[in-house]
Amino acid sequence: MTETVKRTFAVFVEDKPGVLNRVASLFRRRSFNIDSLNVGATHEAGVSRMTIVCEANEDKAKRIEANLYKMVNVLWVDDITHKQSINRVLALIKVNCNREQRDEILKICDVFRARAIDMSPDRVTIEITGPQDKVEGLVSVLRPFGILELVQTGTVAMTRGVEQHDLAHPTVPASRTSAA
Amino acid sequence: MTPPNPKLKNRLGESLSGSHIIWEALVREGVEVCFGYPGGAIMPAYDAMIEYPIHHVLTRHEQGASHMADGYARASGQVGVCIATSGPGATNLVTGIATAMLDSIPMVCITGQVPSPLIGSDAFQETDITGCTIPVTKHNYLVTKPEQIAPTIREAFYIARSGRPGPVVVDITKDAQQQSCVFEWNDDEIVLPGYRPDYAPLAEQLEDAVDLIKHAKRPIIFSGHGIIKAQATEALTKFVEKTNIPVACTLLGLGGFPASHPRNLGMMGMHGETWVNKAIQDADLIIAVGMRFDDRVTGNLKTYAQNAKKIHIELDPAEINKNVHADVPIVGDAREVLEELLPQVDKCDRPEWLAYIDESKGDSAVRDIKNLPDLGKLYAAHVIHDLYRFTDGKALVVTDVGQHQMWEAQYYKHDYPRKLITSGGLGTMGFALPAGIGAKFAEPGESVWVICGDGGFQMTQAELSTCAQEGIKVNVAIINNGFLGMVRQWQEFFFGGRYVATPLLSPDFVKIAEAHALTGIRVEKRSEVEAAVRKAEATKGTVVIDFRVEQEDAVYPMVPAGATLGDMIERPHKPGNQEHNPIFETGEDE
Repeated sequence: MTETVKRTFAVFVEDKPGVLNRVASLFRRRSFNIDSLNVGATHEAGVSRMTIVCEANEDKAKRIEANLYKMVNVLWVDDITHKQSINRVLALIKVNCNREQRDEILKICDVFRARAIDMSPDRVTIEITGPQDKVEGLVSVLRPFGILELVQTGTVAMTRGVEQHDLAHPTVPASRTSAA
Repeated sequence: MTPPNPKLKNRLGESLSGSHIIWEALVREGVEVCFGYPGGAIMPAYDAMIEYPIHHVLTRHEQGASHMADGYARASGQVGVCIATSGPGATNLVTGIATAMLDSIPMVCITGQVPSPLIGSDAFQETDITGCTIPVTKHNYLVTKPEQIAPTIREAFYIARSGRPGPVVVDITKDAQQQSCVFEWNDDEIVLPGYRPDYAPLAEQLEDAVDLIKHAKRPIIFSGHGIIKAQATEALTKFVEKTNIPVACTLLGLGGFPASHPRNLGMMGMHGETWVNKAIQDADLIIAVGMRFDDRVTGNLKTYAQNAKKIHIELDPAEINKNVHADVPIVGDAREVLEELLPQVDKCDRPEWLAYIDESKGDSAVRDIKNLPDLGKLYAAHVIHDLYRFTDGKALVVTDVGQHQMWEAQYYKHDYPRKLITSGGLGTMGFALPAGIGAKFAEPGESVWVICGDGGFQMTQAELSTCAQEGIKVNVAIINNGFLGMVRQWQEFFFGGRYVATPLLSPDFVKIAEAHALTGIRVEKRSEVEAAVRKAEATKGTVVIDFRVEQEDAVYPMVPAGATLGDMIERPHKPGNQEHNPIFETGEDE
């Protein structure tokens, strides 16, 4: 039994009504807990891309992959957990900030390569993109100032290399090609 | 390619209503019979049906329609079709759809839906049936335009029957049925970019399997439902006869490998034979074909077949490593894989392993109720064994769920595939009568025997009225013990004998039959069984036999849920151990 780690799946689906519902229903039904799910258009018409993050060991990851492949509207599943990849979330953080605190907070933003995007006499709204841990780092530093509101997206992820996602000739599930 | 149907007028290129297109499509998919119940949102489709060569069976409840379509599919291997209206009509199908899903049965369910402008408004009889059925269908569709109907129905049949089969729901709005469009039918091969129904076995996996088989000293084959689905009986038989590996069957696999074959050990699992479960626990190699290691088959997974390597031959990659780790997974069609393996495996006699299993049968025969005297009492196991004898083992048996289902599996020996129809995965009570009716429509030449308990029969007994209206003949054997027997057995074994909500008052089943102008027979003694069976076989219409069996008999052997497969409760047989043995109890009463 391999250890449970956070896994990231890039899932290409047909852009059809109800697909998000089907995928979410699959995870719920099989007790695969979703940490985050992001869905959006791709450069190809009619194809959406989901980035799904969930905790699973190697066996469970293969079952998730195989179950996703069983869905008629799922075109391609790529478990990119162990591939060189870029993972990003975007967060907006509204923080208490009076005149005296401004410089300090803006310096913190510089350190995290975050940006102040809105400001009023007693608060500032900060935008940050980056890996989840970087966002969490910023949040923990800002917390003492008093966070008024926080919103963040799920992870979107992309591998660094060029993946040949030939959607007309999809791959087969990993469970088929190797004994876990 | 769909063969042209001579009964069908060529209406290609004509402007047709969506309702007409539904039947054009169904007839082109080879549908001759469909089971259903009309209602508001599906009325346009019903109105058009009369113009098409389709026999519609009016059921008494939509659940009956979905079970009939299921029984039809299981008996014939073809796609079963049911049809219902929106809202309650559609939701009533769901139990039957879930039953078909868990047992991988190809089925297409057509449902009416409120007009598309009303969707989402909580209109009269509106239910989001595509939403409801996502977890219990292989796929489903909501169709809102007449142009979508023909291609969607075509796709639905293709998905239902290909790969690992399953039910598909096509929900069609009333306005899509009423509007017209030019009817077109595309006979080209269906291409769904995200759908992969067929996997061919990989050469290296076959090599690994051959290597494991070669070195195994105590191998055992599991024959599952996939053998029947893939029509792999002959391939399996050849494989077994060359390798001399004994075969254990799952409940749904019964009949996939002949029961009378000397290498057939019988059924495995919770109510499997003791020597089968023991052989599994002692095996050093399991070759599982077309089965999914259900919890009723494995018992406690931690202690399950620990000494055995596992080769898992299965069409659905998602089943690999789901419950049991596969040392060699082979994803592919059961017949294809067995045929590819056959020339690569060695001929082998393995006398020691076979003798070991034979020996472990031990005193099982002594404990087997089949071989015990009835002492003037009527035991369910005796009824089913007699039924097996007096029908020459040739009936198409459809069972419900519970004790009688297990006794059927133990005592009605099936030598041919598709001769046992039973709800294995979902365990749906009320399944047998409607599924039996569906099976009879699929195989009118077969002698169909519905075996059910007094509980399950009452869940769907209204379908007797369908038998009467259709003039269709099935024989119904009610194993009537006055209890919800399997639950009562669990209460006896695991709940301190507190019979909560299991004693069951039933109507007079003979009179119920007669109220439908059908034949009813009551049997209270074993000596009456043969005459009743023969009379039922000779009677033209549906016959209901009320077998008044012993009330508190239990199914043995039994592996308690979650226990180790080898830890079986056996039928007590020693003179000093009579207190749990109904045979001795009732014997002493006399």
